[in-house]
Amino acid sequence: MKMMSMGTVAALYLGSSACTKDKVEEFLQKNFREMSETEKKQVIRRLEETYLRKYGKKFQISTKRAEAGILWGYGLDLSRCIGCRRCVYACVKENNQSRVNPQLQWIRVVRLKKGSLINLENAEHYYNPETVPEPGFMYMPVQCQHCENPPCVRVCPIKATWKEPDGIVVVDYNWCIGCRYCIAACPYKGRVFNWSEPNIPVEELNTDVHYLGNRPRMKNVVEKCTFCVQRVRNGRYPACVEACPTGTRKFGNLLDPNSEIRYLIENKRVFRLKEDLNTEPKFYYFFSA
Amino acid sequence: MEAWIFFKRTVRMVFVGTKVYYLWCAFLLAIIGVGISFYAKQLEAGLIVTNMTDQVSWGLYIGNFTYLVGVAAAAVLLVIPAYIYHFDPIKEIVVLGELLAASAIIMALMFVLADLGRPDRFLHIIPVIGILSFPNSLLAWDVIVLNGYLVLNAIVPIYILIKTYFRKEPVKKFVIPLVLLSIPWAVGIHTVTAFLYNGLAARPFWNASILAPRFLASAFCSGPAIALIIFQILRKTTGLKIKNEALFKIAELMAYAMFINLFLLGAEIFKEYYTGTIHLEPMKYLFQGVHGHHALVPWIWSAMAMNIAAFLIFLIPGTRKNLVTLNIGSLLIILGVWIEKGLGLIVPGFVPDPLGEIYEYLPNINEIAVSLGIWAFGLFIFTMFMKVAVPIQRGDFVHSKYDKAAIKPQYERIKP
Repeated sequence: MKMMSMGTVAALYLGSSACTKDKVEEFLQKNFREMSETEKKQVIRRLEETYLRKYGKKFQISTKRAEAGILWGYGLDLSRCIGCRRCVYACVKENNQSRVNPQLQWIRVVRLKKGSLINLENAEHYYNPETVPEPGFMYMPVQCQHCENPPCVRVCPIKATWKEPDGIVVVDYNWCIGCRYCIAACPYKGRVFNWSEPNIPVEELNTDVHYLGNRPRMKNVVEKCTFCVQRVRNGRYPACVEACPTGTRKFGNLLDPNSEIRYLIENKRVFRLKEDLNTEPKFYYFFSA
Repeated sequence: MEAWIFFKRTVRMVFVGTKVYYLWCAFLLAIIGVGISFYAKQLEAGLIVTNMTDQVSWGLYIGNFTYLVGVAAAAVLLVIPAYIYHFDPIKEIVVLGELLAASAIIMALMFVLADLGRPDRFLHIIPVIGILSFPNSLLAWDVIVLNGYLVLNAIVPIYILIKTYFRKEPVKKFVIPLVLLSIPWAVGIHTVTAFLYNGLAARPFWNASILAPRFLASAFCSGPAIALIIFQILRKTTGLKIKNEALFKIAELMAYAMFINLFLLGAEIFKEYYTGTIHLEPMKYLFQGVHGHHALVPWIWSAMAMNIAAFLIFLIPGTRKNLVTLNIGSLLIILGVWIEKGLGLIVPGFVPDPLGEIYEYLPNINEIAVSLGIWAFGLFIFTMFMKVAVPIQRGDFVHSKYDKAAIKPQYERIKP
């Protein structure tokens, strides 16, 4: 019965949206992790053509793999963050998030009254003063914490999301069925959902993309921070790290004993969010002062 | 040959009925039509047409799903008292219970489908063709146990009905093990569905060990309540022989189940309020409201009032053994548990969200229309099941070699 109704739905869906060859190929596309190199190439070529038709822009879609000996880690200096949200908007631009209806952001900066850090029940999400920082408050940006033990990955019924060898938690947007179980499972609100077809002004599109990262998404799939996989696998910093005017954000290889992130973990008093849940985030908060 | 005759006669039976039958079907079909048109809109525009957001990412659909899994589980559990207390029409109760369970499961699966963002990618969840993340994902478990339960609850009644159609006794060695298997399986589907929520450390409201026992206790109330009403309708319209004593016995069992449900709720309330940690917040939101947000407060208190009133009705012999009060009690339970195990369970899981944000969710017209459509569809197929099953069980609809007047079966007294 379920199969029948689902089949009908699928048939209706495919029928109504001009059943082209591309649609059929997309329908039959495998999970990214099960594709051979040739299949990956075909999919990338098809996607680039689709994007060209849809947006009139030439996209460069990378499928670059994780390098051996790298485990990405993030550091965030709470004593420096001024709550300006430049990271939020740099992220939106870099990663092609939907701008309106729905407005999706992968970084959420919350304002906390000084003296209350761990109890997020009193966090203010929509603070909007003339200027920041404000006396009496501190700011805490939260995004996907790239847990070593990610609950979102465990709950996904179809393995549409997984942890890469370099520790980045990614989503195959073409495999996600939109059940949103991962959103329910994430203790950090690290995931958001494309409740409708994403709306991005064509002139603001970033065409330098990764298949598992910032390529344009479709409606009714989940998305999240990927530490800018398209940048970090090419030797660049994530966009939020670059955009931060106060040097709050640090990034590096946890396996490299000489990296800045290792220095911070060894020399600063770091903590991780909701450590009691045993999710083992690779996102370290600390106070430099 | 006989299959063709069976098919022809079934079609005729489904299309011929009383005025009430036609009205009932037209009513359901109209609601189904409205539901489909709203669902088409949702498919086209995306889930943005609902009131769900990144904060409250599940809503009315998943609430109904949870409730219906309970109904499906409890419908089969009715078989137990039927055996223990030697209710007269055991075979009928098995068939009715399992067909009710099958209808409820179909509805539950349709609610999951309605909630799914990409139903076009359904193949991804089919083992072998796609990838089913078993045993890691509880949702994968649920897919397996629910579909298995559906198959089980289709095989048994179909088998019994076919045998009855041929005027043969069902082979007990075949059917009894299946019926017995469906009983622990019924407990299983509701437990797995509870674990679906229970296993999320991110959501303290669900992450309490008491969740699965509470699910079962409340299902033992709502499922039999629906069955009580249906038994009486069928008794009136089809002459199904079911004694009042059987109904009263079921009602008594429901009183115990409701007591356990209320007791477990009390245990939960005590723990949350007395310790008063930050994990109290969702429960406080549900029962009192927080920071000026209290959309669910009137709902949950009405549910509490209904559940307690029904408990008293079913506890006191005088009101339990009176069909009028019995039916009032049943309706109160159906509604009360629907609120408690629907929105009352799902929404507080998301409020406040993991970063402390409060988004007030109540379903919008789109979600309500699609949900009503699914309910109407479930009632419609159950009506169809009854339309065929009852005449077979009554002996009116049998193999053509037994029935000289096969061309003119009696329909008059048949109603949903």
